[in-house]
Amino acid sequence: MSGYRLSSGGQIDRARPLSFAFDGKRYQGYAGDTLASALLANGVDLFGRSFKYHRPRGLFSAGVEEPNALVTLRSGARAEPNTRATVVELYDGLEASSQNRWPSLAFDVMAMNQLAGPLFSAGFYYKTFMGPTRKAWMLYEYFIRKAAGLGAGTLLPDPDRYEEMNAFCDVLVVGAGPAGLMAATAAASSGARVILADEQSALGGNLRGSASAQENLAGLAALDNVTLLARTTVYGYYDDNTLGAVERVADHVAAPAEGQPRERHWTIRAKQVVLATGAIERPIIFGDNDKPGVMLADAGRLYVERHGVAPGRRVAVFANNDGAYRSVAALTTAGVAVSAIVDARREIGAEAQAIAAASGAELLLGQVVTRALGGQRLSGIEVAAFDPVQGARDGAQRQISADCLLVSGGWTPTIHLASQAGGPARWDDSLTAFLPGEASQPWRAAGACQGTLDSAACFAEGAQAGAEAARACGLSPNPVSLPGAKTEPLADVPLPVWDARPPHGKGKAFVDLQHDVTASDISLAHREGFRSVEHLKRYTTLGMATDQGKTSNVTGLALMARERKLSIPEVGTTRFRPPYTPVSLGALAGQARGSHFRPTRRTAMHDWHVENGAEMQAAGLWLRPRIYAQGSETVEQAYSREARQVRASVGMVDVSTLGKIDVQGLDAAEFLNRVYSNGFLKLPEGKARYGLMLREDGFLWDDGTTWRLSETQFLMTTTTANAAPVLSQLEFLLAAVWPELKVAVTSVTEQWAGMAVSGPKSREVLASVLDDLDMSNEALPFMGVRKGHLNGLPVLVARLSFSGELAYEVYCGAHHGEAVWSRILEAGKPFGMIPYGVEALGTLRIEKGHVAGPELDGRTTAEDLGLAGMTSRKKHYIGSSMLKREGLTDPARLKLVGFVSADGGKIRAGAHLVAANDTSSPPRSLGHITSTTYSPALEKYIALGLLEDGPERVGEKLVATYPLKNIDVDVEVVSSHFFDPEGSRMHV
Amino acid sequence: MTPRYSVFSLLRNALSYHENWQQAWRSPEPKARYDVIIVGGGGHGLATAYYLAKLHGIKSIAVVERGWLGGGNTGRNTTIVRSNYLWDQSAALYEHAMKLWEGLSQDLNYNVMFSQRGVLNLAHNQHDLRETLRRVNANRLNGIDSEFLNAQQVKEMVPIIDLREGGRYPVLGASLQRRGGTARHDAVAWGYARGADALGVDIIQECAVNGFRIENGKVTGVETSKGLIEADKVGVVTAGHSSVMANMAGFRLPVQSVPLQALVSEPVKPIIDTVVMSGAVHAYVSQSDKGELVIGAGVDGYIGYGQRGSMQVTEETLAAICELFPLFRRMRMLRQWGGIVDVCPDASPILSKTPVQNLYLNCGWGTGGFKATPGSGWAFAHTIAKDEPHELNAAFTLDRFRTGFLIDEHGAAAVAH
Ligand SMILES: Cc1cc2nc3c(=O)[nH]c(=O)nc-3n(C[C@H](O)[C@H](O)[C@H](O)COP(=O)(O)OP(=O)(O)OC[C@H]3O[C@@H](n4cnc5c(N)ncnc54)[C@H](O)[C@@H]3O)c2cc1C
Repeated sequence: MSGYRLSSGGQIDRARPLSFAFDGKRYQGYAGDTLASALLANGVDLFGRSFKYHRPRGLFSAGVEEPNALVTLRSGARAEPNTRATVVELYDGLEASSQNRWPSLAFDVMAMNQLAGPLFSAGFYYKTFMGPTRKAWMLYEYFIRKAAGLGAGTLLPDPDRYEEMNAFCDVLVVGAGPAGLMAATAAASSGARVILADEQSALGGNLRGSASAQENLAGLAALDNVTLLARTTVYGYYDDNTLGAVERVADHVAAPAEGQPRERHWTIRAKQVVLATGAIERPIIFGDNDKPGVMLADAGRLYVERHGVAPGRRVAVFANNDGAYRSVAALTTAGVAVSAIVDARREIGAEAQAIAAASGAELLLGQVVTRALGGQRLSGIEVAAFDPVQGARDGAQRQISADCLLVSGGWTPTIHLASQAGGPARWDDSLTAFLPGEASQPWRAAGACQGTLDSAACFAEGAQAGAEAARACGLSPNPVSLPGAKTEPLADVPLPVWDARPPHGKGKAFVDLQHDVTASDISLAHREGFRSVEHLKRYTTLGMATDQGKTSNVTGLALMARERKLSIPEVGTTRFRPPYTPVSLGALAGQARGSHFRPTRRTAMHDWHVENGAEMQAAGLWLRPRIYAQGSETVEQAYSREARQVRASVGMVDVSTLGKIDVQGLDAAEFLNRVYSNGFLKLPEGKARYGLMLREDGFLWDDGTTWRLSETQFLMTTTTANAAPVLSQLEFLLAAVWPELKVAVTSVTEQWAGMAVSGPKSREVLASVLDDLDMSNEALPFMGVRKGHLNGLPVLVARLSFSGELAYEVYCGAHHGEAVWSRILEAGKPFGMIPYGVEALGTLRIEKGHVAGPELDGRTTAEDLGLAGMTSRKKHYIGSSMLKREGLTDPARLKLVGFVSADGGKIRAGAHLVAANDTSSPPRSLGHITSTTYSPALEKYIALGLLEDGPERVGEKLVATYPLKNIDVDVEVVSSHFFDPEGSRMHV
Repeated sequence: MTPRYSVFSLLRNALSYHENWQQAWRSPEPKARYDVIIVGGGGHGLATAYYLAKLHGIKSIAVVERGWLGGGNTGRNTTIVRSNYLWDQSAALYEHAMKLWEGLSQDLNYNVMFSQRGVLNLAHNQHDLRETLRRVNANRLNGIDSEFLNAQQVKEMVPIIDLREGGRYPVLGASLQRRGGTARHDAVAWGYARGADALGVDIIQECAVNGFRIENGKVTGVETSKGLIEADKVGVVTAGHSSVMANMAGFRLPVQSVPLQALVSEPVKPIIDTVVMSGAVHAYVSQSDKGELVIGAGVDGYIGYGQRGSMQVTEETLAAICELFPLFRRMRMLRQWGGIVDVCPDASPILSKTPVQNLYLNCGWGTGGFKATPGSGWAFAHTIAKDEPHELNAAFTLDRFRTGFLIDEHGAAAVAH
């Protein structure tokens, strides 16, 4: 192509020259240029290489549909591969480079692929690369992957930020061309909250820059109820009239300004949507139609009118409809020579004829372009006579020289969003195009997106759609005055011509330019039986490239229809899927990044823990103190010391992360009695009970203590992990299963801070700090719950023990957590009181044989864990009816037992248990270890685990094997109640 | 005779401008009756038909598909193949599939591009670590290759990963199955279809089954959009639509159908050669031979049959994947879609006889059945041919939801593929 800058015209600012570089070479453009227009103005005609054959490719379009001109924009951490040069706004200092070529764009070694081209038919890879050995593919793949991909992604983390917006509106108008502008104006006149979004750098669509558009936009901008969003692509239409959009805030500058995001993701919930998304021109295919210099006709017009760039010096035009004559007129006005107009139609209207005559071009009616000529760029075209039934004729071809060919095969309405919203597209035979189908969500379409190409008609349709949308929101729109556009005499009804080649035409005819899918690939797919649209796409990869087939899908369908001797709609269309154009992953990921990716939950005592040397550990979203190491203690030394001190004197652990649910109401006790497997009806006020919850299928789900605070109020605790799932299960039960129960449940996990004070001295410590509670065994017996005060602060004190020691849990309002915690520790000083972490908590509970997360893994039953006694036989509760099934009572089920290391070796969690004399390889697993610790009380490594015939094996010697590290430890099976099995220590 | 595919056949055909290729499978009109009808032309259904014809000598078989072959989850999945399951029964079944994968291209004479690029499962906290180690050891005891990598080794294998040391979800280690990887989903459906067709199986597309003919508790045929087709035996392999089919046959399934979505990026030069999955962060990624990043995560929060999935799940998935790979942020999402997956309460499949005689059911593969395709078809073919399950699928009965003999394969966290 030998494009050049016209001496005048275009919506560029010639007073603002911009300097930029492509493949290291410096060029100049103007504000208002795109990267594509600026390169075209500089006479650049080679923009990229195709995916498979590495054929040289030039500019094909002027918009989002561009299949060829993909570049890597910017460099370093901001490099953006596969960026369409046609939508990149030029800025000063812009850098871009070509892709998928080596060593250079002009000379690409991989173009050798073309020699093997005959082999690279559609789906060829399914038929070969299978031998000689079964592993052969791994080798072939290694080389195939080297050729994979287009541009190279950056290896550096993205320095930019992305924002998220949630917007609600009455009417969202997508597309700000003639139809969209009028729709927004009409809807806004009713006072409706309107959002008008357009992907282009400025609003106006086809009217961009015109006086009428400026006036219209100024009017809209002045309204408080209207939000105008340029550079904003509405990419997805989801359920409940929710649409996703991405606003490119700073993609048109070198880097975002201080504090500015690169892009902003909009989640728009609209009552009504008007789709005024326009249409995309489609080509007609012919031999070697991929030569640089072959361009869509309307793109040629846009380069002239918008950017003041001529696409070539000797331009030829190939059309089957009047649309291309707009381009001819534009070129003529700008003084660009049009040498020939090849039109497949035998007759054209007077207006088109007049335009052709004014251009001085030779008009060839009833003829088609059969082949593009030239080497790396277009030098001419071959033309032959065309018959609407027979197609192009062989022989008698004429050659015409041209450095640019503008092609128009008609228009493809942009129905992506309508299709995503649901509902199949509708075929229109006269326009040979798919139009939006029936609306299954509240949207309506207007303008070219509906197949209406005439401006005046678009205005009217847009105004009507906007008014209807406002009315559908219950508002009253005012009549709007339509800009005075004369009805265009040009007719956009195309003569169906898809493939202009004669029967034995030369050259490859590309349907999908980016993926190098040719007309013969489609014939091959048909021949081999890949005839449904989806098979066609998948077998040939038609429409699967980054342009998603915007200029090729319909042609591909038409060729398949020809092969199948069916009409196009009989062959079908594919459902469009989000996104309409590719969306950066960062915009979708949004602000959920780094520490904001998921919330970090900290307890009220968090700062204290950190200040006092705790090593914090993640438990779900929470952070909990793992150990409070002293000096150079190892983890094991630290938790052993902590656990020892608890049993010797007293310690305190933060238990605030447990789930806490307030259960209130007249039927609260009845409700809990149905939820827990053990009885709760008779739990007296001022008492707590340990409860088990089962899943409906009878398996164990969660455990915890629940405290009766009054006749009608309970405080339920759950495991840390299940806090939210238990709450939602309770809500579900109350809403859907037992709506008659008068109960309300509320999460109070974050409202209470909780700490467990354990050890023989716990009573003395607490007695000394509590203002008003009698802590004697009589006044506060085991499992008793009392309300009291500590330093004047209200607290709940429950006598519960997870450690097996005399112990209490103290709950207070979260805001007082740290004060209460510090005060208790202070009081404990004389006793050598220590804070202890989750590790020691685990050690103490394992020594007692209490189960926790590793045992409650959703696969165990109460019976497996020795808790059968807690599953009532007298009542119905969640899980009761499924509990007695053979699968849950099978004697072969693994059962909980304890293990002590017999050889002093450390038992590892995740080890499996095998018989000591099992010599098979690999040996048979009899079960596995769930929880392990060093026990300071027993001075041994101990563990809990699930074992076949567990309780019957007590006394047996087994091996805890860890194949991963080849470590075997001899263990003895023991009761899981290692320490103080009678529980005498906690009842004192 | 179906001609063999090879580089030579490719060369030969190139000389004749590819004008002489035959169709990969015929598209016959249905006969009045068959010995066996398979309902559902996904990978599992086609594999079943193939092994029925190949290994059990059954001559008259039809696969009846309401749309196009592979148009269900087979053609929508993210193609992760692995066999490192926890329980013995699952391990045996998936490992059998793995062994078949390892020779599948040759067996079918169709390149399914089974690529053993390795599958990593990341561990981010103590809980993950414990579960991972238990699983690795269990795999070893089942003779399945399974390794544990520490964070540094993960970094060496996947240089672009951000270990997030000290961050929200630091990578503490990972399990690795080197024999795991990916395969080309469409090729699996097409390869089995072509293989089955060559053995005489009738593959009938665009033919929906709308009901079963059941006489005296025994199935005798299927009512289809192309009329009644009689059969001695019927195997139902309809994934997300299994509950609908069971309903037609008069029984209920403990299966929930939910949308599961996936997405791909624009193709970029290879930057990641293994499959990386993370339960806690809740996402996974691999890179296809075309260069697209293939990304997925968990299921949508509601039951439904709309094959697309919601925007929030896409956003959450990408937030998660960009945490692990912050350099992905400037790449772009090219396509996003959903499939309807059939989830059993214990996350294991049903490969079983049913309350209706001679009606067999293969479903419940949920979010992770692609990897099982060859093994599932193999075992299901045996079940249909012999009217009793093979040892490999004996535990995967429908009845287990009555008896409670579950095979609970819920991972530590719920990204299971
Ligand atoms: C997004 C996504 C990602 C996934 N990722 C993975 C992964 O990485 N690894 C993995 O192992 N698995 C994955 N899976 C799961 C996997 O895709 C499925 O488990 C597997 O493909 C199921 O195969 P199938 O043949 O049983 O089902 P399908 O392929 O769904 O086939 C069922 C067929 O039955 C047909 N059918 C339904 N009703 C009727 C009727 N009435 N009459 C006739 N025909 C009917 C359907 O049209 C369909 O073709 C994923 C799934 C999804 C959706």
